[in-house]
Amino acid sequence: MPHIANIAVSIVFDGLAYAMFLFITSVGLSVTMGLMGFVNLAHGAFAMAGGYFVVSLTRSLGIDFVSSLVIASAAVGVISVPFERYLYRRLYKSTDLEQVLLTIGLAFMAIATFTYFYGPIPKSVPLPAWLQGDVNLGFRSFPSYRAFLIVLGAALISVLWYAFEQTNIGAKIRAAVDNRRMAASVGINVDRLFTLTFALGSALAALGGGLAIQLFGLTPSFAVLYLVLFLIVVAVGGLGSLKGTLLAALVIGIIDTGGKYAFPVAGNLFIYAITVVVLLIKPAGFYGRE
Amino acid sequence: MAANETTTRSPAAEAARARATEFLVRRHYFRLPEALPWLIAVACFFVFPDRMTFGSQVLIMIMFALSLDLILGCAGIVTLGHAAFFGLGAYTVALASMKLGWSEPISGIIAGGLAAGLVGAVVGWFILRYRGLTLLMLTIAFAATLQESGNLRSDITGGYDGLPGLSFNPLLGYFQYDLYGHTNYLYALAVLAVIFFFVRRIVYSPFGQALTGIRENIRRMHAVGSPVHARLVTVYAISAAIAGVAGGLFTQTNAFVTLTVFDFDASAKLMVMLILGGTGRLYGAFVGAFVYMVMEDKLSKLSPTFWQFGIGLLLIVAVLFARRGLAGLVEHAGRRVQKWVKR
Amino acid sequence: MSGTPHAALEVQRLNCSFGALHVTRDVDLTLERGARRALIGPNGAGKTTLVNLITGVLAPTDGRVLLNGHDITATSQAHRARRGIARTFQINQLFRGLTVLENICMTIGERDGNCNNLWRPAGSKRAVIDEALDHLESLRLVDDALKLVRELPYGRQRLVEIAVALAQKPHVLLLDEPAAGVPSSESHRILDVVAALDPDIAILIIEHDMDVVMRFAREITVLVQGAVFTQGTPAEIMANEQVRAVYLGQAHGQGGGAHA
Repeated sequence: MPHIANIAVSIVFDGLAYAMFLFITSVGLSVTMGLMGFVNLAHGAFAMAGGYFVVSLTRSLGIDFVSSLVIASAAVGVISVPFERYLYRRLYKSTDLEQVLLTIGLAFMAIATFTYFYGPIPKSVPLPAWLQGDVNLGFRSFPSYRAFLIVLGAALISVLWYAFEQTNIGAKIRAAVDNRRMAASVGINVDRLFTLTFALGSALAALGGGLAIQLFGLTPSFAVLYLVLFLIVVAVGGLGSLKGTLLAALVIGIIDTGGKYAFPVAGNLFIYAITVVVLLIKPAGFYGRE
Repeated sequence: MAANETTTRSPAAEAARARATEFLVRRHYFRLPEALPWLIAVACFFVFPDRMTFGSQVLIMIMFALSLDLILGCAGIVTLGHAAFFGLGAYTVALASMKLGWSEPISGIIAGGLAAGLVGAVVGWFILRYRGLTLLMLTIAFAATLQESGNLRSDITGGYDGLPGLSFNPLLGYFQYDLYGHTNYLYALAVLAVIFFFVRRIVYSPFGQALTGIRENIRRMHAVGSPVHARLVTVYAISAAIAGVAGGLFTQTNAFVTLTVFDFDASAKLMVMLILGGTGRLYGAFVGAFVYMVMEDKLSKLSPTFWQFGIGLLLIVAVLFARRGLAGLVEHAGRRVQKWVKR
Repeated sequence: MSGTPHAALEVQRLNCSFGALHVTRDVDLTLERGARRALIGPNGAGKTTLVNLITGVLAPTDGRVLLNGHDITATSQAHRARRGIARTFQINQLFRGLTVLENICMTIGERDGNCNNLWRPAGSKRAVIDEALDHLESLRLVDDALKLVRELPYGRQRLVEIAVALAQKPHVLLLDEPAAGVPSSESHRILDVVAALDPDIAILIIEHDMDVVMRFAREITVLVQGAVFTQGTPAEIMANEQVRAVYLGQAHGQGGGAHA
């Protein structure tokens, strides 16, 4: 392949993988924020928890990587339920500021807890053979792990899409995002819906966290470091929108990867620039509602 | 409006009117307890002469928190990017000193304040049309953009390693800086007093009242004809200027500045300080910044992990049980005591 | 200079749509100086929407709004308020955490530009405080002056809502169901206030209670599904069979119904 095209393909490929990670981790945040209007800054902590669980499952219990991902996601999903029930629920009617503060407090506590148990040194996970090295697609090779991410992401997107658009539950969620009071008045149990959505979103965040280890390494500051990124994806995509989160993840993933390749000194400048530009033009994000 | 031509009111009615008038007229008078923070600040100078470098930083943080209280506590603007203006002030002073040889301290912080205030006005004009998550993200993104841009030109800004070895002229051409930071402490205290004087006037002015109205019910403000956007931009610019002065002081008292002044962490920490102290209560900034800095100084040295855990827990407790922060608790206790004394 | 004086408020062929939903259709309405007009209609007819269009909360998709002959269609809510339009909301929009007196002082301060002052203390402007107390006096609210709005019973809050609108010294006053949700023991006070309002102000009142309408209005506009169904004097409207039919029994002196 000609050199420029090769680089472009690499950028798109890496960008796609990054976008999949962003989508998986952020989609739960977008839907819960759109559904309940609740600003959850502890979302990054749930992702981090998932990552650390995967580390323990693989390293201490010897369970294979993929199974660990599944177990860790499910575990975090289940654990998130009492948080929602007994803590978050008390603040649904509170101001944005109070929600921000409560969840930041939670995030701090989570970071401190995981630092205590796992220490500040970055952790890694042992990958099975088929996820290491490259996979040859004929015209060129690609890193297997990233290919896996893309395939997994695409599969999850399809499943979520189907669930959102075609099932009963998905319709209820969409209705409640659209107009919570009206949804409640037609008999939709919004509380239970939210607990379910929250658990699912947290489980997906945990999955994202587990997948991130190989990409970025895992330290306790993951919870806050990447939180800003997730918030950007959610804000730019539009609250409560699956389409929006995906589009935002793709735009940010690819442009950031390309930007970092072309101008590494600029760091995250491209991401912030995109954020400012998009929000000034469409304050509710790509597919958000005003 | 009913025509009210009669001027004969019953004595009870007159008394009610007088009482109501007195309440509003007296509101801005200085109360005795207000002297307390200043007395404590001066006392610290004599009681803890070896902690004066730390003391200056506490005073700077109080100033920074005051600037946030103006927009958050008074006008209700939620932002996690105020470090942007602190940093702008800090770097204005640093670069003026390095590149222009401008080392006169007082004009330095004024320049820092003006620069930050100007940027605040422009940025505010754009972003204050929005609220909620959109506004929050715009403030975060702006601060982060400044930081990354600074990193891009680390040849000028010194990047994350910073610009060391800055030096400044003696205050007013006379007061030399000593190794123990005594001059710096009194300098910071004086600047804080001046800033506080202005902030207090604004809060008790009709403009400050209008800001409270915007915070309480923005729909009603539009309906009574308030130029809401203009008011918000004005207070945002003033707040940015104050944050800039605090940043300038930071550079001068540390003789050093790095890009970490723009950290998201710094904005978040500032908000935690203010919430702990209590928003919208002028002295909440004093209490919150002081308590936070002292605790951080003592506890984070013992165990940074426990410190972080503790702060997180404190935040949760504050939101759930003490929404008005420490200053609010003190006020509440004060009212209780008043009632008890009156019996 | 034209011969005829302008009406205080004029609405010309006003239309408003949200996508396929056409909520206001070709509405023509005129309020002369000192008008006392009631706006009635079944639930969902678009009465509050019309008020929102007049005050600038909503932008029309077509048509004009004229205040004393000036076209204000493209202006902001705040601009219209400063030009002399005041309104009360169906659900009180007050500064609940502030005292009643401060609510009024703030309104006056925004009206006369006092709130542009960053320097002098709010308490130093005696004129504002006196005027605020005068307003409260005319509504018999002086005893509540130092109470926080959220501590007042609902009926009293509703009076404060009207006081705020009056403190704007408006030429045009739009009242959205002023007595709605107020227990009947309190509502007469509100209605007395409405009846005693300055005869120079043009008033449009949205109401469901026909007793109130009959007592207060000199003209009535009936709005149905966003369009003007008919207009006329109270006698004409009451005699109109079609109006009764459209109302389906809501027009027969039932107490101020809750608006869905």
